[in-house]
Amino acid sequence: MAEVMLRKVVKRYDEVEAVRGIDLDIADHEFVVLVGPSGCGKSTTLRMIAGLEDITDGDIMIGGDVVNDVPPKDRDIAMVFQNYALYPHMTVAENMSFGLRLKHYPKAEIKSRVTEAARMLDITDLIDRKPKQLSGGQRQRVAMGRAIVRNPKVFLFDEPLSNLDAKLRVQMRIEIKKVHQKVRTTTVYVTHDQVEAMTLADRVVVMNKGGIEQIGTPNDLYHNPATRFVAGFIGSPAMNFLPCRLEDVGGKLNIRLTDRIAFPLPGARAARYQSVSRTDKLLLGIRPEHLAEASAHPESGVEAFDAMLDVTEPMGMETLVYFTMDGTQVCGRVNPNAGARDGAPLRLAVDLNNMHLLNEVTGVVI
Amino acid sequence: MSTLAIDKGAPRRKVKYGSMSRDRAWALRWSYFFLALFAIFSLVPPIYMLITSLKSSAEISAATNPWWVFHPTLSNYIELLTSNQFLTFFRNSAFVSIFVVTITMLISVPAAFALARMRFWGSATLATGVFLTYLIPDSLLFIPLFKMFAVIGDWTGIQLINRWYVLLFIYPTLTVPFCTWIMIGYFASIPKELDEAAIIDGASWFQTLTRIFIPVALPGLIAATIFAFTVSWAQFLYPLVFTTSTDQLVLPVGIITTLIKGDVFNWGQIMTGALLGAAPPLIIYAFLMDYYIAGLTAGATKG
Amino acid sequence: MVDVAFQQGSVASVGSVRKRASLRTTLKRKSTAAFLMTLPLILLISILVLYPAFYSLHLATLNKSMTKFVGLGNFEFLFKRETFWLVVRQSCIFAISAVIFKALIGFIVAHFVHNVPAKGQRKWRGMLLVPWVIPPAMSTLAWLWLFDPSYSAFNYTLSFFGIGPIAWTGDPDWARFSVILVNVWYGAPFFMIMYLASLKSVPEQLYEAAAIDGANWWQRIWYVTLPMMRNIIAITTLFSLIVTFANFDIVRILTSGGPLDHTHIFATWAFRIGIEGSDIPLGASVSLFMVPILAIAAIFILRDVNKRGNEA
Repeated sequence: MAEVMLRKVVKRYDEVEAVRGIDLDIADHEFVVLVGPSGCGKSTTLRMIAGLEDITDGDIMIGGDVVNDVPPKDRDIAMVFQNYALYPHMTVAENMSFGLRLKHYPKAEIKSRVTEAARMLDITDLIDRKPKQLSGGQRQRVAMGRAIVRNPKVFLFDEPLSNLDAKLRVQMRIEIKKVHQKVRTTTVYVTHDQVEAMTLADRVVVMNKGGIEQIGTPNDLYHNPATRFVAGFIGSPAMNFLPCRLEDVGGKLNIRLTDRIAFPLPGARAARYQSVSRTDKLLLGIRPEHLAEASAHPESGVEAFDAMLDVTEPMGMETLVYFTMDGTQVCGRVNPNAGARDGAPLRLAVDLNNMHLLNEVTGVVI
Repeated sequence: MSTLAIDKGAPRRKVKYGSMSRDRAWALRWSYFFLALFAIFSLVPPIYMLITSLKSSAEISAATNPWWVFHPTLSNYIELLTSNQFLTFFRNSAFVSIFVVTITMLISVPAAFALARMRFWGSATLATGVFLTYLIPDSLLFIPLFKMFAVIGDWTGIQLINRWYVLLFIYPTLTVPFCTWIMIGYFASIPKELDEAAIIDGASWFQTLTRIFIPVALPGLIAATIFAFTVSWAQFLYPLVFTTSTDQLVLPVGIITTLIKGDVFNWGQIMTGALLGAAPPLIIYAFLMDYYIAGLTAGATKG
Repeated sequence: MVDVAFQQGSVASVGSVRKRASLRTTLKRKSTAAFLMTLPLILLISILVLYPAFYSLHLATLNKSMTKFVGLGNFEFLFKRETFWLVVRQSCIFAISAVIFKALIGFIVAHFVHNVPAKGQRKWRGMLLVPWVIPPAMSTLAWLWLFDPSYSAFNYTLSFFGIGPIAWTGDPDWARFSVILVNVWYGAPFFMIMYLASLKSVPEQLYEAAAIDGANWWQRIWYVTLPMMRNIIAITTLFSLIVTFANFDIVRILTSGGPLDHTHIFATWAFRIGIEGSDIPLGASVSLFMVPILAIAAIFILRDVNKRGNEA
């Protein structure tokens, strides 16, 4: 049983609190990703789980045992580092078997484990090479092989794909997912890239400034972000935030964006936001994919308006359009043949069925 | 899609191809010329040593062309290599150097590891202090050390002056600071993640040092070893102060004090002795030149 | 797992106390291990370097037979001796001029080696470093022979050009020249190697940019090379000043300080007085006089090393 539990874990450096009392439960076999901007405390948290950093306060439990004072080598964990950390003077086979050799495992067992892991990662013909003869992707596989061979309770990944180029990253993401499907070890994975988080995780933990903003499945976080930070962090291009206010017009709830632009809210939303104060400063959160070109047959909840485009970015399968509304830059995604041109006007439509309303002051999604 | 690509407007300039490479060729020739001059300057003394060592005393005193050997003879070599005295010098030097290298590495490597990796109270000051002590020259310390060892000798009855093994205590003061400094540089350049990977793989501090750090920093170790050996072998002042009986002398002192008897200089033998004395460092240098140079530059450039 | 509930209950209370106690022991373990590993080094330096340095201060205050305390008497005695001031002057002149020449020659030769295509550099480097590899005592013997009053090979060669025999070690001024010459011969390779390594680290693009801007070779050196190498030049120069200043081997073997004390430097004179003359306190006083000068140089080196460490 290899569940990982963090209870009110705090990490303090002199006067600075890098991790501010977080609670987290990771189930056995689960793949959890800690994601957030630099400095949010995700790496520090991972290193505390690994035992590479002391815990200032709180408890960490692996498999039911409190491991606060247990040295890393006795926690039965394995770690894959951002810079691979392969021993340069050892061959691939020796790198992978180092931990087992230190514990004096029988030679036959070591050999079989190494061969099995090498086969799983497709590095069998690199077994006798030294790290400097390998490419970045190959080295990362060896680093993973070193972790797999140990057969630990928990895998820890510290931004393993940051040093690889974009194409390789996509490939390795798939590799990592395949390995997890085969080996099913509890995994804690740290990254600053929300795409990796979304594609790899069973659950995502969004961290910011030493605390947890939200925990949830990728879909949860995408469709139901709890705070402005999560809403703006997940999804690329990022969600648009437009200052707005609620107002009652003729018995119906409207949302006013600028002096000239206001939209009626669709029924479900109107009901939800009925109790919100009309004087509160609010933000309309709308993802670019829900800001498209106006169609001839609008559905209910989709409101059209005219915009003067600043810049367009043709991406091939879609075109990103950027325009300004009351000083805020807004991004939308339109069909490549919608006729979007730099500096030209375009009639757009906003799908308010997928809107989010946030309190500007507290940053909470209503 | 435009197909017009030819630029008819740009004026054609008559370019003198070959002028740049001709300049470079001349610069190269001058470089070789001067390098040859400096090389001659550098190599004249050792070559002259070789030439003289192949001359008999008769030929030397005949004052014929000093730059050429007319009747080469190996008699000087044979005499020295069969002389018990000379062999004793060589043996003493070898023992002292090898022991000192061992002692130096045993002290320097753990200390460098601790200073480079384990942050503890005072480690930064200690590291700088180590470098500073290297700047305290032997010509400042030889007098107090002489007195100290004489005094200790009187107290304990152990004969400390005029014994070659005393040098085993003193030479490390010359080698340890710089070797520690070199090793700190090499150890510090090993990425921290390697230690962490080793810790997670289950290695203790000692295992990390012996199975990871030492193999990875091997070039630095070799450079430091060569440095320690060369310094020990070439030392002149300390042995001159601490050893006086002929059977206790090391090579540099031995050659100078015994072969120069009064006003009679047997230059053939002296040069032979000097060449043989210079041989071990030269041989190491010939085979391990890159490590030799790395040891030199490590101290300053690795900072 | 034994009793999850029980363990979880006890976690909150026992956990923190246990954690703090064993944190301390962990810290202790790491620190003691580190301390033990540096202990031999600390002992070596304290007992055989620092203590003697201070001990010599004490020795300098004693009389010749080391029976009574004479305070600054030894220093007063020295200050009145003309030889002492000769030694001071000579030590400074040797150190400064030798270092200047070594640095200059090292710099120039490094450039030539750098110009040569990379494959050939190794063998030139190899030949030019030989003076530094040969034990100075041995090579000084060779120079002694080259300078021999009766058989000097140099005089032999010079005689073909009609230049009369030079008393390399007999004439005071020529003796000084010879000492500096041997010192430069021995030490220039060190500078050459250091500067060569530093030259290699100057990005080629800077030179290309300067050439495009219209700089000739002299300007390129002045505006590109020298500023980039400032740190290395400073460190090696100061380092060499200290080492050259405290040099013993070359003067001792070449001239023994003669003729008539005209090539004595601190180290050789201290040896003459302290060991050969059996006047330890006086010898210690002479050696000690090097300290203020060395200390100033050391401070400058330290500043530069730290500055570079911060820039790195």
